[in-house]
Amino acid sequence: MSTAAPRTRIRGGVGESVERPDSAPKAKGEFQYGSDLRREGMLFGATLRSPHPYARIAGIDTAAAKKMSGVKAIITASDLPTRELFGLMKLDQPVLASGKVRYVGEPVAIVAAETAEEARVAARAITVRYEPLSPITDPVAALQPDAAQLHRRGNVIEDVLVEHGDPDARADVVVDGEYELGMQDQAALGPEAGLAIPRQDGGVELHIATQWLHEDLRQIAPCLGLPESKVHLVLAGVGGAFGAREDVTLQIHTCLLALATKRPVRMTYGREESFYGHVHRHPAKLWYTHGATKKGELVFVRATIVLDGGAYASSSPAVVANAACFGAGPYRVPNARIHAVGAYTNNPPTGAMRGFGAVQSCFAYEAQMDKLAAALDIDPVELRERNALRNGDAIITSQPVEGSAPVADVIRRCADIAMPNGEIPTEPIALPGGLGNLTHGEGVRRGVGYAAGMKNVCYSHGFDDFSTARVRLARDVRGPIAHVHTAAAEVGQGIVTVCAQIARTELGVERVEVDRPDTTIGSAGSSSASRQTWMTGGAVLAACREVKAELLARARKAGRSPDDLGALLEEPIDRTVTHRHRDTEPRDAKTQNQGHVAFLFAAHRAVVDVDVDTGLVKVVQVATAQDVGKAINPVSVVGQIEGGIAQGLGLAVMEEVLLRDGLVRNASFTDYLLPTTLDMPPVVTVLIEHPHPDAPYGAKGVGEPPTISSTPAIVAAIRAATGRELNRVPVRPDDIVFGAPYRSGWRITPGDDPRRAVRAS
Amino acid sequence: MSVHISRHVDDVLDNLSTRKDVTILAGGTDLLVEINFGRIRPSNIVAIDRVDELKDHSRNGHIRMGALVTYTRMLETDVGSPALQEAARTIGSPQIRNAATIGGNLGTCSPAGDTLPVLAALEATVVLRSKGGERRVAFGDFMTGPKKSVRRPDELIVAAEWEDAGEAQTYMFAATRNAMAISISGLALVVDRARRRVGVGLGSCGPTIIRATDAERFAAGLFDETGWDRPARPSDAAAREFGRLAAGAAKPIDDVRGTVAYRRHVLAVMGARALARVAVVP
Ligand SMILES: Cc1cc2nc3c(=O)[nH]c(=O)nc-3n(C[C@H](O)[C@H](O)[C@H](O)COP(=O)(O)OP(=O)(O)OC[C@H]3O[C@@H](n4cnc5c(N)ncnc54)[C@H](O)[C@@H]3O)c2cc1C
Repeated sequence: MSTAAPRTRIRGGVGESVERPDSAPKAKGEFQYGSDLRREGMLFGATLRSPHPYARIAGIDTAAAKKMSGVKAIITASDLPTRELFGLMKLDQPVLASGKVRYVGEPVAIVAAETAEEARVAARAITVRYEPLSPITDPVAALQPDAAQLHRRGNVIEDVLVEHGDPDARADVVVDGEYELGMQDQAALGPEAGLAIPRQDGGVELHIATQWLHEDLRQIAPCLGLPESKVHLVLAGVGGAFGAREDVTLQIHTCLLALATKRPVRMTYGREESFYGHVHRHPAKLWYTHGATKKGELVFVRATIVLDGGAYASSSPAVVANAACFGAGPYRVPNARIHAVGAYTNNPPTGAMRGFGAVQSCFAYEAQMDKLAAALDIDPVELRERNALRNGDAIITSQPVEGSAPVADVIRRCADIAMPNGEIPTEPIALPGGLGNLTHGEGVRRGVGYAAGMKNVCYSHGFDDFSTARVRLARDVRGPIAHVHTAAAEVGQGIVTVCAQIARTELGVERVEVDRPDTTIGSAGSSSASRQTWMTGGAVLAACREVKAELLARARKAGRSPDDLGALLEEPIDRTVTHRHRDTEPRDAKTQNQGHVAFLFAAHRAVVDVDVDTGLVKVVQVATAQDVGKAINPVSVVGQIEGGIAQGLGLAVMEEVLLRDGLVRNASFTDYLLPTTLDMPPVVTVLIEHPHPDAPYGAKGVGEPPTISSTPAIVAAIRAATGRELNRVPVRPDDIVFGAPYRSGWRITPGDDPRRAVRAS
Repeated sequence: MSVHISRHVDDVLDNLSTRKDVTILAGGTDLLVEINFGRIRPSNIVAIDRVDELKDHSRNGHIRMGALVTYTRMLETDVGSPALQEAARTIGSPQIRNAATIGGNLGTCSPAGDTLPVLAALEATVVLRSKGGERRVAFGDFMTGPKKSVRRPDELIVAAEWEDAGEAQTYMFAATRNAMAISISGLALVVDRARRRVGVGLGSCGPTIIRATDAERFAAGLFDETGWDRPARPSDAAAREFGRLAAGAAKPIDDVRGTVAYRRHVLAVMGARALARVAVVP
């Protein structure tokens, strides 16, 4: 794609920090989220969920609930019109449980009633007879040959083995480690919400807060027994997504209730239900070994990675593949064997979350890089720089990194950012424990840590990844105006602004309106994989170029200047373009060759103060250099970086869905702790702009890298302050105070098949 | 659900005595959470937040703090207890502190209520009033279990009272988040130099707020030696011993917020730090 500069500079174009249209309404509480939608005569939906992690359903009795005041419909599995299963990648998840429930929170019945309260009360009045079965909650145990099978095809969701060079190579210096990540929640501030409106033609219109309208459509329609043409989706106001809205949650339920009652139905999850309603980040157990020469050149990486997929597959196959592909990090590794397996268990299902598999392995391989640096007595930044991938080097799947690969740059530029003031503060609010008034400086030690990470942008492995954009250039009494229509979900990342900026720059027109995304236009693909700027930005750019070409043709024909828009736009120009990135190759057994479109890199440096006596942490500063290709809207890019670091910090020191025997113990923001402004440090950002030749204006994605290496950088800093091993996140105060490292309870040689694990006695 | 807005204490008491299943609403920061979680479904609510008599706060050696004094007000005025002020500072966020009241903290009576260890250490009195009259209950007798107290359903908490114990006091707690967090464990220490008394209240480490009497006696012994009127830094060993005794009084459990081992450990650290800080305050 060419990156020719536009002829006329226009305000609000590419490269400018443009204010988003949704920011002021959101700050003022005026933005209409999915949960704010209303319609005349609207009913409210509620869901009855399983209290058991694993049980047989012996009977469901809805008779009493049906008679309750306000109740208009109750639907259980036996009432489903057609297809009973849905799923992003595998058709394995029941719309409503029948036969068995496989996790706590699995939907069993849905109710529509005149008020939300009546719907909830009626749902509770449904009696379900369960025969509890013994749940499997350790993913390694689930993979062993003697484990009970949770699904017909067994407990393996996905099995990816990546081998490179001589996987059994030997090295002078070898370091080992085992690691664990707890379950993180996306914790979008807007819980799930949708409004379904039955249509005259027997179809349904669904207003939904989602990440991908067309994928929802593909999964919803068959479960309603309707052709896709009779199901129309419109994007409702989305209050954050982070991966949690990639899967279907209440979409099918809301439509089923609307069709059954012939009335509009709204479903909205509260915070607690949201914890049960959507997938989380995969908890992971990892076993690693790294080998290097005495001079500090990596010789091999071997790892076994087990991801807990929970009860249903969701996007686990792709998450497992990512954990494996990026399992050695942004380094030149000549020899590798990474065996990653995703297991079904009776824990809540896990799926997409910002960083998507790359987060889990990065925590482990960056800890390993620090161990290696210590073993070799080399500065950790130096070691990373020395092994950094360069343009043309292959990653462990044998795919060369092409286009732009400023890895050494992000590492060095990050390390060069000025350190914060060296003095430890004295006022408690700026110290570990914050408002707890715990230390006035007693026990506080400072530490510094580094980490780098990588991930793909766009969909990989042969997936037909495309986006569609329609651009219409017209004029009205106020002059020329462009309309941009795509189905790209604005989830808070700012794609609406990016589309408008591109249209302004390309068309030289200041007034641009971006229409509400819906399914009357072709798919834009998902607002995930850091891909919308590349894909939908690319589609808008291509459509604008076609519009521009038509404008020039008209000008030539009329013998007018192309700037004479008044005359040339007698008839509007309207173009719809489908944009695809270059083909990727499907995965085969061991290598993935050209599996990915392109790669994103970032490095983080964290400075932390730790109260070593109480085990509490205050992150003082995070510095980052990120490879963004080109910042189309710099203020938005910085926003993504700061937000992503906040999520990385959360995973490092506080965010975890606590499970015991499949039960969620903290399904509320009282005890699922998210960082507050007092926990979030100042972030110093350096943007590295090496345009990627295939991307619009060279802009790579920016959403995910901030979440990937910020976590290991913070934990490295805590290690530096405390001398503790800290091989599990989130790091708990106990880990710092008592120092007992995490042990998996399994003996696995890194790189081996986790199905042959041996219980450590 | 009916909501009655009261403006006078007598009206509140009338409602409490004549109606069944009445729930008091002050700032609502606990009550609404309970309702949202479906833990309670009150049929009658009496909102007391406009009852001005309950907003009074007087101090002249003896402090009387009306039930409706909010944490924000505690931070804006000299409340007659630096530790209570520190406790108020730890609570919630500005929005919560603007609405939440001391009466509500007592009404909920959670072992994690941050003002309660301070009231315990101050040996405060809870003033309860009903149609039948007023009774005064020592804080130590007020709380009987997690979210349980001797308050009868027809009684309104009107105030908390305590004797001014001077400046040598502090409150602190441990939590994994730097703000807006429920304490894993908290500790209040009051050294009343004039009355020659030490009070230690522990939060979030047992079914009720716990008085660490061994630690109190130990510290009193130290002050007997060094002189009650003289600020003096305790030795590290003495501070540690005080912390050890404070932690020894705890009856912690493992829960989502923390482990038994950590709670004991951090109480010992807090005890040592508290004594070292307070002993140097005149
Ligand atoms: C986000 C958030 C953060 C919080 N952080 C903290 C914290 O850090 N530390 C902490 O201790 N608490 C915290 N809380 C809990 C709460 O804010 C406090 O317990 C507060 O003191 C409750 O006061 P209120 O006026 O809001 O009580 P309400 O919610 O109005 O009432 C609480 C209970 O007390 C009863 N009640 C209230 N007033 C009286 C009265 N005068 N007489 C008899 N009964 C009465 C009510 O019936 C109810 O049962 C937090 C709450 C939230 C929502």
